[in-house]
Amino acid sequence: MNPLLVEYLPILIFIGIALGLGLVMVIGSYVVARQRPDSEKVSAYECGFEAFDDARSRFDVRFYLVAILFIIFDLEVAFLFPWAVSLGEIGMFGFWSMMVFLGLLTVGFIYEWKKGALEWE
Amino acid sequence: MTDFWSGYAWPFAIIVAQIMAIVVPLLVAVAYLTYAERKVIAAIQLRKGPNVVGPFGLLQPFADGLKLLFKETILPAGANRIVFLAAPILTFALAMVAWAVIPVAEGWVIADINVGILFLFAISSLGVYGVIMAGWASNSKYPFLGALRSAAQMVSYEVSMGFVIITVLLCVGSLRLTDIVLAQQTVWFAIPLLPMFVIFFVSVLAETNRAPFDLPEGESELVAGYFVEYSAMSFALFFLGEYANMILMSAITTILFLGGWLPPLDIVPFNWLPGIVWFALKVALVLFCFLWVRATFPRYRYDQLMRLGWKVFLPFTLVWVVLTAGVLVTFDWLPQ
Repeated sequence: MNPLLVEYLPILIFIGIALGLGLVMVIGSYVVARQRPDSEKVSAYECGFEAFDDARSRFDVRFYLVAILFIIFDLEVAFLFPWAVSLGEIGMFGFWSMMVFLGLLTVGFIYEWKKGALEWE
Repeated sequence: MTDFWSGYAWPFAIIVAQIMAIVVPLLVAVAYLTYAERKVIAAIQLRKGPNVVGPFGLLQPFADGLKLLFKETILPAGANRIVFLAAPILTFALAMVAWAVIPVAEGWVIADINVGILFLFAISSLGVYGVIMAGWASNSKYPFLGALRSAAQMVSYEVSMGFVIITVLLCVGSLRLTDIVLAQQTVWFAIPLLPMFVIFFVSVLAETNRAPFDLPEGESELVAGYFVEYSAMSFALFFLGEYANMILMSAITTILFLGGWLPPLDIVPFNWLPGIVWFALKVALVLFCFLWVRATFPRYRYDQLMRLGWKVFLPFTLVWVVLTAGVLVTFDWLPQ
């Protein structure tokens, strides 16, 4: 078999087994236990009173902000992975290139800190 | 026909057997982690904990599991049924799949891929999807708010976890988990990178939504967070996934900082024990810290949590990455 397949096939099979196991457990419980739904039982939980509107309403914009900041820094981490592994081979030039990149990002980070993007009141 | 047997069926059967050799002990470990949690917290609070079902209450986890199996599966009227049922299965499967690359002893690993740590990072990031799907599909207010909080918390701490992993990689020069462990033969990374070890452990607590960062399931305000609407086995799958994730994160901490399967000192009484015993002992030690922390510290406030993640851990780990790289380059200690 081709070497890539030999390395990753166990992971694929593992994913299949794990998904299958989860599915079997849910279906098994559904089959074994007695199901008697009624309208009170299946209504959304709301601490004692009736749910008065749809739960998918507007929510705080700061969650979007966190998501955007996460994307920026996670991309940065993604760039750092290959750099960290090969730093021994790319020498001083590679080191200083990454320092310039990190410096630019740090400037951006200071800006967003000063702008209050990291504040939760 | 013989070609089919020797070429496909046998390798396949061996792989399945290897996977079962990981999954079954893992599920037993999860069951006894819930038992250990109740016993440890009970001991800290001077109670007895579960002691009725079986000797010393040892059969308690199985009684709990059977109870959940025979409960009614409730599908809320407003929910998106497919997504609602897929979320716990996804959470459970992701917590299992990551174990495919964990080396529990030298050479004892299902897939020793050369991007092991990247695979683990990817799988643990995907964990957010289970939470978001559960919160959104439930169409109920508490799960929705719990899922939002949980997702924001998990992504915030993932960034500093990423930087911590980078510092370890700088000292190893390989993404393969076996190489990371073998690079610690002289000294465990917990000693030279002690601040990173502490930050990693705290980030892991936040990443797995454990106390004191268990805001997504803060009982007093959100009832139970994103799995309020779940019952029976779909609830149990979230529970299993969460505890399997705790064990997984302890295993990653062990591999990155505590020398994996290596004995503390390579001298006679220590290296008699096989590697897997050392690995299990170290994982158990980290897990004990999880439980200890839960019984000791009060819950954080959400703004404190975000402040700690973005304003303390992120700058600190960023500076430490630069510092580590600088020291390694200056003294020419980089691994080739």
